[in-house]
Amino acid sequence: MMDLNDLYREVIVDHNRSPRNFRRIDGATHTADGYNPLCGDRLTLSMKLEDGVIRDVAFEGSGCAISTASASLMTESLKGRTVAEAETLFDKFHRLLTAGGDENDPALGKLAVLAGVRQYPARIKCAILCWHAARAALHGDKSATTE
Amino acid sequence: MTRAVSIDVTRPAAPALPVEKLRADFPILDARVHGRPLVYLDNAATTQKPRIVIDTVRRYYEEINANIHRGIHALSELATQEYEQAREKVRRFLNARSTREIIFTRGTTESINLVASSFGGSRLKHGDEILISGMEHHSNIVPWQLIAEQTGAVLKVVPIDDRGELIMEEFHRLLSSRTTIVAVAHVSNALGTVNPVEEIIRAAHAAGAVVLLDGAQAAAHMPVDVQALNCDFYAFSGHKLYAPTGIGVLYGREALLEAMPPYQGGGDMIKAVSFEKTIYNDLPYKFEAGTPNIAGTIGLGAAIDYVQAVGLPAMGAHELELLAHATARALAVPGLRIIGTARNKASVLSFVLDGIHPHDIGTILDHEGVAIRTGHHCAMPVMTRYGLPATARASFAFYNTRAEVDALIAAIETVREVFRQ
Repeated sequence: MMDLNDLYREVIVDHNRSPRNFRRIDGATHTADGYNPLCGDRLTLSMKLEDGVIRDVAFEGSGCAISTASASLMTESLKGRTVAEAETLFDKFHRLLTAGGDENDPALGKLAVLAGVRQYPARIKCAILCWHAARAALHGDKSATTE
Repeated sequence: MTRAVSIDVTRPAAPALPVEKLRADFPILDARVHGRPLVYLDNAATTQKPRIVIDTVRRYYEEINANIHRGIHALSELATQEYEQAREKVRRFLNARSTREIIFTRGTTESINLVASSFGGSRLKHGDEILISGMEHHSNIVPWQLIAEQTGAVLKVVPIDDRGELIMEEFHRLLSSRTTIVAVAHVSNALGTVNPVEEIIRAAHAAGAVVLLDGAQAAAHMPVDVQALNCDFYAFSGHKLYAPTGIGVLYGREALLEAMPPYQGGGDMIKAVSFEKTIYNDLPYKFEAGTPNIAGTIGLGAAIDYVQAVGLPAMGAHELELLAHATARALAVPGLRIIGTARNKASVLSFVLDGIHPHDIGTILDHEGVAIRTGHHCAMPVMTRYGLPATARASFAFYNTRAEVDALIAAIETVREVFRQ
């Protein structure tokens, strides 16, 4: 049987209550909106890139605990990374939730706390929304949806 | 928004329901979800099916299956007979004058689209007005927007107040000689509000408008008499009335239906076809193109028999008791706010918890075996009105119990524990 604590881990509840980097970046070089039409989750992602490195990344919006915590954790793990590293992390995180990726992969760091989401298919889109928005921003798209 | 709420339980007295005995009629109610007994409180989305409905559909396929209205063989005769008997059952259920006024559709959505397209498309002229309300389901908004776009008609919306009641002064103000059709929910799916449809119909008729009632959330909870209501169109879905999915009903006043052009062309809706001209069939077949959902229709007939044997007044009274109990217990939960506190409500409890998103509520409740709906309930303008992205919604049927309401409240307490509130 699934355990609720696998999904709503302490870290997730904490990041939901006090999301990190919950703001808009002045002078952002890249922004995109993320929207999950099924849930109504919305977020706006902004980034500041210098020489291909993500110097700052932040988000604003409203969503469930999974989407808010995922976005908060993502901003922490993307800061200081190159665009190529961010893409690799996107792939690893995506595989973690959808294709049995290894939650013990050290590259995931704190993101591994979201591994429990894969037992809740209806909630995977909540966790992945911010990543789609981040990738859209990096690719120069204005918006991403989970549809 | 006020936390005060009063539920009108002063409906006509009805004998107490033997709920435990009736629950045995519904095989799925024995199911376990995530290792816990299923507490099914998503009845506004769809109701569960009694064994008699499931058996009727199976018996149709095992013993009768044939196309209707065309074969001369025995099975086709039998299938046609049962299909038309179901129409007579619906006629009696709604107290319509004639079976010519009962059209089978796929559901409420198709019924409304039929009226918007056929009645609206043939009647609406540039500048005519369609009046709907601020609490409508998307299926009673979008068809009108589509036809307004095609005809140049204008869509007007009666606002709702903080309780989730129609502001009737605004309704009377917006109603005018330009109003061609008024289309409103009999009961709101997102808020549970029972609308004052008698007053709406009287005033609309006095202004020369016709009235369509979206009865999707009403037909399973209260007796509907289209002659007493004096409405022009009434739409409902079988699957919210313990019948299969994919079958619904449009009641229409015969004179209006006679004057309306067909909605779809095809088999069964014609008398004679040549490449020069087609002569349409009589009512109700004019609006039933193609082979219909025969099994679903016969299943709907069985569901109506079941509901009438149990007794809608007693079912409605039991549901109102559950709603009153759920409302009282919910109000005692810290940080819980009920969305939709109309004075006249039916079987819907929409709510939010401070600082906790409805989808997290839904997941945790599901984990506890409690099935509810979370989201915008296909009524985004209602969510916008309350400044919310979504709500959690528990909706009751006659087979629910006080113990299940208590399980809902206990599961909400678990949500608060998970979020340490």
